[in-house]
Amino acid sequence: MSATTLGAGLLAPARPAALWPTGWAAGLAWIGAAAAISLLPDADDLGRTQELAALAAGFGGVILLAAIGASLPGLAPRLARLRQAGPWLILLALALLAWELATAKYEVLPRPFFAAPQSILEVFTDDYARLGESVWRSLLLVGPGYALGALVGFLFGVAMGWSRLVGYWAHPVVRLIGPLPATAWLPIAFFAFTSSRGASTFLIALASFFPVTVLTWSGVSAVSKAYYDVARTMGASPWFLVRKVAVPAAMPSVFVGLFMGLGASFSVLVVAEMMGVKAGLGWYMQWAQGWAAYANMYAALLVMAAMCSGAVTLLFRLRDRLLSWQKGLVRW
Amino acid sequence: MVSGVNGARLEVRGVSHAFALEKRSLPVLQDIDLVAEPGEFVALLGPSGCGKSTLLRLVAGLEPPTEGQLLVDGVPITGTHPSRTIMFQDPTLFPWRTVRGNAQLGPEARGTLAADSKRIDEALRLVGLAGFAEAYPHQLSGGMAQRASLARSLVNQPRILMLDEPLGKLDSLTRLAMQRELVALWERERFTALLVTHDVEEALLLADRVLVLSDRPARIRADIRVETPRPRRRDDAGLVALREEILALLGLAEAA
Ligand SMILES: Nc1ncnc2c1ncn2[C@@H]1O[C@H](COP(=O)(O)OP(=O)(O)OP(=O)(O)O)[C@@H](O)[C@H]1O
Ligand SMILES: [Mg+2]
Repeated sequence: MSATTLGAGLLAPARPAALWPTGWAAGLAWIGAAAAISLLPDADDLGRTQELAALAAGFGGVILLAAIGASLPGLAPRLARLRQAGPWLILLALALLAWELATAKYEVLPRPFFAAPQSILEVFTDDYARLGESVWRSLLLVGPGYALGALVGFLFGVAMGWSRLVGYWAHPVVRLIGPLPATAWLPIAFFAFTSSRGASTFLIALASFFPVTVLTWSGVSAVSKAYYDVARTMGASPWFLVRKVAVPAAMPSVFVGLFMGLGASFSVLVVAEMMGVKAGLGWYMQWAQGWAAYANMYAALLVMAAMCSGAVTLLFRLRDRLLSWQKGLVRW
Repeated sequence: MVSGVNGARLEVRGVSHAFALEKRSLPVLQDIDLVAEPGEFVALLGPSGCGKSTLLRLVAGLEPPTEGQLLVDGVPITGTHPSRTIMFQDPTLFPWRTVRGNAQLGPEARGTLAADSKRIDEALRLVGLAGFAEAYPHQLSGGMAQRASLARSLVNQPRILMLDEPLGKLDSLTRLAMQRELVALWERERFTALLVTHDVEEALLLADRVLVLSDRPARIRADIRVETPRPRRRDDAGLVALREEILALLGLAEAA
């Protein structure tokens, strides 16, 4: 508690209600970029140029409003976090401008491969239904698979770390099979399961299973014997030792496993969607590439990045909640 | 609280203990014979590394002795039991539990949480941590962690309470207050107490008997009865004389 407030205090500007020059610069940069997008002629016939300009101008306007708000004592504390993003806001405006100039305005970059910003915006405005559907289908596929793999991996890891017998038999198997990329099972999985959905769920579960198992196992094995001694002298049963000592003590390690498993699950998801499943973001990208619709591909890539990052953010939120007793957590 | 003696009789009969190291075995305890009567307060003094904590671990039932036997009320110790709790030398608080969560560990493990909740509050108040019940161990100072650990062992209503340098990290004022609290608690509940300490004065202020151990492997060099009635004053002539005697013993032990 006190540690976090202290951390925020160190990062926040010394006088929150002071002028925010970076904010003014960022707002003006966005409006400048908007003007260039709107006023310079496109080299080719492109849609949504004016909409993109309006969007950029609107964004710039919001930043300018925030810059005004940052000078008001009442609003300043709430905008403290936005203030930290100031330099990034400027950089993003410049990047958008450079991208726009290099593609739409002067065609420095070969056009079909390098889509103009407004073309990607066009994908979002015109094809949002199919994109949204793809996200939903991807989540439906990855969610249950990841959850299943993580749950089984967690239970398996605890059993391996706790019981010498389970450890003895499971260790060589996990050691041999675990490091194999889950995608290597692809041909077998699609052959063994009648539905591509079942096969993909299995592969995604396998991908999250391994890291969660290994890290849970090592977390449980590393629990200090002194904790068990304390609990045992107070009359703890073996079941209590597992549930209330081994598992909580191993949680930091378990979360590392969950995080790694999430990454592995996403990578299997995309491959599975490209190879067999006829839905989801991976399939959308494959399809877009087939039609040389590169703007759609980039749009799907952006959405995928947001989806994966969102999932990791959720996981880290959960961790911050459950592991608030730890000091020095890495912020995501 | 229950009046009369709650403590158990502890017998240590010809106990020797050795740890197996890489190639050789390290003898730590040698022929320890000791009887603590029910409700007796016994202090253990001895040089660092001589085997005091090891003796407590044997009494707690965390390890079986290499040789000899330990009995509680005539029954051999075969494992841990909540009637024999130990406050370890390291606080070993569970970092994922608050101070209160740590203090309630014993009742929670035995399923008596509801019945013991007043006792938990009382123990936290006794060690002066009532205001820190919701704090996590990493937010505590060394002395506070030690007091939290003391509270955790006190809530279990032990019949034998082992304290391994319980007040080692406290400043002298808190230490005095905690010594007084410990004696008051012991007089109220009359458990059998085994106190390991480095502080000769503390041993004399608190205990009925002071056992002075030799260097490793530990043997009992002296068994000194402290007859001075409580409340005791540290400048009491009898205690001062005993203190000189014990210091001489420890000095000899260091020279040997
Ligand atoms: N698990 C163990 N394995 C091997 N050796 C051990 C083990 N535990 C203790 N020892 C050894 O036994 C000896 C006695 O240790 P012990 O902790 O009982 O000492 P102590 O009297 O409590 O010392 P101090 O006053 O410094 O706490 C030490 O030399 C230590 O190295
Ligand atoms: Mg010790």
